Amino acid sequence: MQQDIILEMRGITKTFPGVKALNNVNLKVRRGEIHALCGENGAGKSTLMKVLSGVYPHGSYEGEIVYEGKPLSFGGIRDSEREGIIIIHQELALVPLLSIAENLFLGNEIASNGVIDWPEVYQRTEVLLKKVGLDEIATTPVEKLGVGKQQLVEIAKALAKDVKLLILDEPTAALQENDSQKLLDLLLEFRAQGISSILISHKLNEVSRVADSITVLRDGASVSSMDCHSEVVSEETIIRGMVGRDMQNRYPERTPQIGDTLLEIRDWNVWHPESASRQMIRNVNLSVAAGEVVGIAGLMGAGRTELAMSVFGRSYGRNISGSVHLRGQEIDVSTVRRAVDNGIAYVTEDRKSLGLVLDESILCNTTLANLPGVSSHGVIDEHEERRIAEEYREALHIRTPGVFQKVLNLSGGNQQKVVLSKWLFAKPDVLILDEPTRGIDVGAKFEIYSLINQLAADGKGVIIISSEMPELLGMCDRIYVMNEGAFLGELARDEASQEKIMSMIVKA
Amino acid sequence: MDQTKNQAAPAGETPQAARPSLLGHLKSHVRDYGMLMTLVVIMALFEVLTDGTLMRPVNLTNLFLQNSYIIIMALGMLLVIVSGHIDLSVGSVVGFVGAAAAVMMVQWGWSTSVVVPVCLLMGCLIGAAQGYWIAYWQIPSFIVTLAGMLVFRGLTLAVLDGQSVGPFSSSFQLMSNGFIPDIFGVKRPNITAIALGVLAAGAILYLAIRARRRAKRYGIVDEPSLFFVIKNGLIACAIVYIAYLLATYRGLPNVLIIMALLISAYTFLTNRTTLGRRIYAIGGNVKAAKLSGINTERLTFFAFVNMGMLAALAGLIFAARLNTATPKAGVSFELDVIAAVFIGGASMSGGVGKIIGAVIGALIMGVMNNGMSILGIGIEWQQVIKGLVLLAAVIFDVVNKSKSR
Repeated sequence: MQQDIILEMRGITKTFPGVKALNNVNLKVRRGEIHALCGENGAGKSTLMKVLSGVYPHGSYEGEIVYEGKPLSFGGIRDSEREGIIIIHQELALVPLLSIAENLFLGNEIASNGVIDWPEVYQRTEVLLKKVGLDEIATTPVEKLGVGKQQLVEIAKALAKDVKLLILDEPTAALQENDSQKLLDLLLEFRAQGISSILISHKLNEVSRVADSITVLRDGASVSSMDCHSEVVSEETIIRGMVGRDMQNRYPERTPQIGDTLLEIRDWNVWHPESASRQMIRNVNLSVAAGEVVGIAGLMGAGRTELAMSVFGRSYGRNISGSVHLRGQEIDVSTVRRAVDNGIAYVTEDRKSLGLVLDESILCNTTLANLPGVSSHGVIDEHEERRIAEEYREALHIRTPGVFQKVLNLSGGNQQKVVLSKWLFAKPDVLILDEPTRGIDVGAKFEIYSLINQLAADGKGVIIISSEMPELLGMCDRIYVMNEGAFLGELARDEASQEKIMSMIVKA
Repeated sequence: MDQTKNQAAPAGETPQAARPSLLGHLKSHVRDYGMLMTLVVIMALFEVLTDGTLMRPVNLTNLFLQNSYIIIMALGMLLVIVSGHIDLSVGSVVGFVGAAAAVMMVQWGWSTSVVVPVCLLMGCLIGAAQGYWIAYWQIPSFIVTLAGMLVFRGLTLAVLDGQSVGPFSSSFQLMSNGFIPDIFGVKRPNITAIALGVLAAGAILYLAIRARRRAKRYGIVDEPSLFFVIKNGLIACAIVYIAYLLATYRGLPNVLIIMALLISAYTFLTNRTTLGRRIYAIGGNVKAAKLSGINTERLTFFAFVNMGMLAALAGLIFAARLNTATPKAGVSFELDVIAAVFIGGASMSGGVGKIIGAVIGALIMGVMNNGMSILGIGIEWQQVIKGLVLLAAVIFDVVNKSKSR
């Protein structure tokens, strides 16, 4: 069958230091279709789109891109926009204080000799807003609009640039149900006008509603391409494609010895720190016993980090309600200091900006959360501090010439071990580990898994937040599944599987 | 260099610690020694240009008296800048506290022993008033202290009614113009001054040797031993020499003793206490510090209270030195203080900087002021040169840092 192909990406391989983010990926988009791109977090969807839009310029990847019948070599995002390829990121790129009209033509102003032709701007704004079905005045500041309407402004902005191929990265992730529907209808309308789109989405019901074809990515490779018109594509098929990887990662053996309940979080509710009407965590109940490893599964934006940080000294959110209990006693976690003193430690997912003082030494970072442990009357005992730092360096196999090395110079895995050292030295009862193995190599991962098992064996409670499902399945005794701020349920070790977790999330 | 390379590794040294080479060591510490060298070079330069006037005992004494208040404030400013903030109000606070002291003493007849603690407390309160908004309301320190700069300059004028008020009682003047008497009775040269100089040099040598021993035991010596001996030998000699020079005039000024004590105390605070460590952590990464259970607000608040107190002390010393409180007292001092801290290697983004660096930075500024004045260079060109030196020091930092990355 002769097809009109607008875009073909062939054998795309993109390597970052130490990681192969994309491995020989193929993608074929027909003119005037909606092409869905599915895959787990970290499967390579966003990387692929960054290659396409020129964020990673030609030459920084292998493979070729054929667009409108000719090979492309973009040096930057402006080149791709000139060709009509427009990407709308998950994080909207609007300037909140500028008006709709100003945002629409930002960097693309209608002007002669640098003087803006405002009547023309407003006229064209009106036309564009009508096209996307947004009933707002052109001079309204964007910050006055809700997320759904802002999304439409983004799309109108793409139309202003004469779009031929529109790429939407999780466009409905932050939207309410009816806003999502509106947006999908708009995509269908564009299809009728001959504009092609690539839709990245986790919501499989949306995908099956609008997509003409689907490409599934897994671990940086394209695993399957399906045509929704010539075959019946069930959500189960897509899920299997998304998660069906070989269990090549190994997890150290552990015989769980689960004791009494250690930590309990009851009826936890949290609202967004800036927009007071947005509830981020809904009625969460969680418990972890001594010697138990509990996982929280969910997609990006499910509220897992927000949950952990709100419990850890109210470091996130406001109007927090609910209670935290340790060994049956309610504890005060209203500041980080109190949470730490009451035996909770939180190892952040963002070690560089939240976990470490990069310009300081391993030694300083190790003792930072428990300086009283190496000092008397506020004076640091240098011998003791040094001894402690060495002790943890050896115990965690931090590979470095010495503890006076700045953490800036360490590899990701070693940096993670420094963050762990810091929290181990704070002597907690319960550790919340947020993406403990993100961005570190396989060897270091294994060491961290062994450490987690050791902690459990010592009678501590461990909560792991992870986007890597095999990691949760391999490590946890119990897994909570979280979506949109609420727990959907929990799965015991023997009943949990990737398919079960995924279908709980996408069918919610 | 060969000598250092041929030494056997001391027992207990970890094998992966590379043998320090003289050149490599200098390269990695170019900023630390660079500062000291620059100070020495500048002093030598002016010593030659002024035909030896710079190092004459009377001028050296003046040099310390003139710069004491800048150095004292630089200690507080270092903490403020390390914590990631800035304080523009210190010059006005100097003026205001001096004015308040004058009113209390000259017009109300209060005694020195009452006025000094009251003024220091006033400085703390001024620092607290500004630090409160900065620490607990996250209002940028630049704005708050800019407002403070205007407010306290205005209050200085109001308190003094636009006039100069003085003179002070002789006991108050002693703070700035007094000298440590010679307990040995020789007076010239002042044996007490020499003895204290030798004592200080000995203490510094003792501490340096002790620290090096300890470092050796842990295998973390990064300074070649030849270099260690030369550096500390020179520092000790310099201290004894300066003490001797001062001894041949009137001995050690009281203010020099105050300064030396404060410098030691703040060096200890920044290097050895949990308080100091936490302030560096806040400046290095405030979010990580907060998530490590550090009360970032309280420490920021403390940094400003401390700055206010030191500014008040500087205000008293300055008023005592002039023996009068004037509405113009302290004008643009904040710039000299901030410049001293940045010349001393502190980072604008916080988390980096040393007390000794700030002191050397202040001395570099002081020696340049003094030397250029002796040479009769006009105030306009002095400013130009000082500005360029500040810029050069910071450019040097940035270039040096980007190279090492």
